[in-house]
Amino acid sequence: MSSRLALQQVSVSYGDFLAAVDVSFSLEQGQIGCLLGPSGCGKTTLLRAIAGFEPVSAGSIILRGETISRAGAQVPPERRKVGMVFQDFALFPHLNVQRNIGFGLDAMDRRARAQRVHEMLALVELQACASAYPHELSGGQQQRVALARALAPNPEILLLDEPFSNLDSELREQLASEVRELLKRNGVTAILVTHDQHEAFAMADQITLLRQGRVMQLDTPYNLYHNPRSEFVAEFIGGGNIITVSVNEAGELNDGLGKLDMSDRQWQAGDTLRLLVRPDDIEYDARSVLSLPVVSKSFRGAHYLYELELPDGQRVPCLTPSHAAINPGQNLPVRFNLQHVVVFISLGSE
Amino acid sequence: MLLTACLIAVPVLVIVASLFQGFSPVWQHLLETVLQDYVVNSLLLMLGVGVGTLVLGVSAAWLTAMCEFPGRKLFNWALLLPMAMPAYIIAYTYTGMLDFSGPVQSALRAQVGWGHGDYYFPEIRSLGGAICMLSLVLYPYVYLLVRVAFSEQSTAVLEASRSLGKGPWKTLFLVGLPMARPAIVAGISLALMETLADFGTVDYFGVSVFTTGIFRTWYGLGELQTAAQLAAFLLLFVFVLFTLEQYSRRRLRFHHNSAQQKPSRIELQGWRGWCACALPLVIVTAGFALPAVQLATWASSRVGETDTAEFLTLVGSSFTLAAIASVCCLVIALLLGYGKRLHPGQLEHQAARVSSMGYAIPGTVIAVGVLIPFAWMDNRVDALMREHFDISTGLLLSGTLVALVFAYVVRFLAVSLQTVESGLARIRPSIDESARSLGKGPLQVLHRIHLPMLRGSLATALLLVFVDVLKELPTTLILRPFNFNTLAVRTYELASDERLADAALPALAIVLIGLLPVILMTRISSAATPYSSVRTQSQEGRP
Repeated sequence: MSSRLALQQVSVSYGDFLAAVDVSFSLEQGQIGCLLGPSGCGKTTLLRAIAGFEPVSAGSIILRGETISRAGAQVPPERRKVGMVFQDFALFPHLNVQRNIGFGLDAMDRRARAQRVHEMLALVELQACASAYPHELSGGQQQRVALARALAPNPEILLLDEPFSNLDSELREQLASEVRELLKRNGVTAILVTHDQHEAFAMADQITLLRQGRVMQLDTPYNLYHNPRSEFVAEFIGGGNIITVSVNEAGELNDGLGKLDMSDRQWQAGDTLRLLVRPDDIEYDARSVLSLPVVSKSFRGAHYLYELELPDGQRVPCLTPSHAAINPGQNLPVRFNLQHVVVFISLGSE
Repeated sequence: MLLTACLIAVPVLVIVASLFQGFSPVWQHLLETVLQDYVVNSLLLMLGVGVGTLVLGVSAAWLTAMCEFPGRKLFNWALLLPMAMPAYIIAYTYTGMLDFSGPVQSALRAQVGWGHGDYYFPEIRSLGGAICMLSLVLYPYVYLLVRVAFSEQSTAVLEASRSLGKGPWKTLFLVGLPMARPAIVAGISLALMETLADFGTVDYFGVSVFTTGIFRTWYGLGELQTAAQLAAFLLLFVFVLFTLEQYSRRRLRFHHNSAQQKPSRIELQGWRGWCACALPLVIVTAGFALPAVQLATWASSRVGETDTAEFLTLVGSSFTLAAIASVCCLVIALLLGYGKRLHPGQLEHQAARVSSMGYAIPGTVIAVGVLIPFAWMDNRVDALMREHFDISTGLLLSGTLVALVFAYVVRFLAVSLQTVESGLARIRPSIDESARSLGKGPLQVLHRIHLPMLRGSLATALLLVFVDVLKELPTTLILRPFNFNTLAVRTYELASDERLADAALPALAIVLIGLLPVILMTRISSAATPYSSVRTQSQEGRP
């Protein structure tokens, strides 16, 4: 039960504004957690509270059994043994790569420090740049220096604040999995803050999805995608539209949109349901009797992403292989594949 | 464009060329007697002012940028006030306050009952005194640049240091100050350029440095050539500082990281807060409030005896001269800036660069550099006219306002050029292009688009040069036409005659007008980019 990091009902406030409310989660040794949410959801505030840059107004933060933050008592950041990788990397511009990495290693003697710096350089594969200055490095290299610098003093936990947002989008996911691999190999416990679900999925074992300072769902990436507990989570994670439909006793939807899976039935006949339709829930099927008008289409390489209009005017996305090209205004024959579809009981029916 | 740049470069070239023209016996004499003094005193003065501005400027900048204490917002701009005080005026004022018959020593004697010679009192008219005076009015250069550097430091970098186990003080010395180093060096270089350019203070305090030496060699010995050679040596010092400043500015770019969040200031409460409040209070009092009050007291005591008509003539001639010079600077600056915009080539770029070199060059040097070619030209014309028409034309240009205005343009063109250029830079090229594509020629674009959009910048450029010219002492002193007086020259003359109280009125007028750009600056620096406003500020407060 001794988790590495535990947040217990943590709240952080700026004056009257509550940036985070009642947030609880914990991480085990070697786990990578993620605080995910739209901008302004309080994820960075929470990370800064863990690092000791923001005081908590209620609850407590416990790192390896020691309470490092509670209302009115904060251990200063320099005594927390928390490593942090900043969004803009925050490398010291007046120090070269080696000295940046060695900055937090005062406790060691010269030789041990040189040894450790060397190890870290090898870890992030930057031996060739040891005496370069930060402005001489590319974005990806700077990011690796920031990572090495934060890891050098062997922190209890590593905090990553939007670490990939300053990099080219092609680099991001590749780097995210590289970093995950590196952290996992070294058994580092870490928390990532991001607004990008792909980064979150590529990095994290456990995701805390936040909205307006509150935890909406704490789960694995797989469950967040496939079992979202609210419409907010459903819409935030993965593409897709939520449509309102009605259902009969046999599980058939109005307008011939298909039949719901009867095995896990939580709805009543005649209910109005809210249905999350992901782009891959609607398939192109030339033999289908259902055919919907195309509102717009965009080319995605291997696929076209169509937006289709239902008879009642609602719109749904549809991803089809790009050899079936239909222009806006024409109809696309489709089949609804409702095996995995997520159903919310509409408030209106209660 | 090119012509302008060449003309502007003439004085400096003349000075440099003087080194290759053989040395007169006077030079030998100077070499044996005073040259060593000039070098040693200049170096000591620079060392002292360097340390003084470093301590005052950096501590003031750190307090106002990184800490929270009572009165911080007030001091934020009040610390700029000493810029309005030319060094020679503060020197006169403190001499008046601290000499034997001044209020401080009189009060001391009255209190303790000492008589003449019973006690030791530090002599203000010394190298040490000059260092104090110059530091008090020049520290704002360091303060301004370093404050911007501190407040632009990325919070994340400071936090990174904290999360790596360094406390707030260690963070300041290991990260904060080293990151501000380019700004500190640039600020001190500017302050030292001003120190080298200073004439009034060192002259009054009897400290032999290059500027006083140049003046004496020409005025006392009548050796223009030797004066020019001395000036060339002074230029060498300036060149080193100039290079240092340019280099640091380039480095500033690397040290710039975007601050995502405003840094949280260190709250200084209780006695710490009052201590923090005391330091800037002492600096502003010593550098501005005290001398300003003293000047006002003297001025009001003499107001009845002042010849109003004479004073008004003085103000009139000063203002006229400053107005002519600032309009000339503006027109040339527009020409150069606009030319660079129309044809952004290497040549135009260099021309603008050369033309803005003047701000680094001491007024004394420029004055000598203007005097030599003008005198040569006058002599040639005179000889020619006598030969062919038997008429002696005498001095046509040198010793007239033309020479003086030309020298001002050389020295202060950079001020208006910088302001105009930064104004032009804010107008996106696409605006020009859209006007051109709508059928307007370059001149029409200038008239219909740029001038209206630039109105603010143009007014600023006019004001800055106006005030600089008004304050400028050595150039005016050397080049002014016979019997032509300005506020600065009159202040100098009266002070030299030990009529300090009489000098107070023109001095006060200069200080009051000097306040205008400081006010403008506080308004700009809260709005515009720090870099451009600092570049503008670097032109001001010349003694």
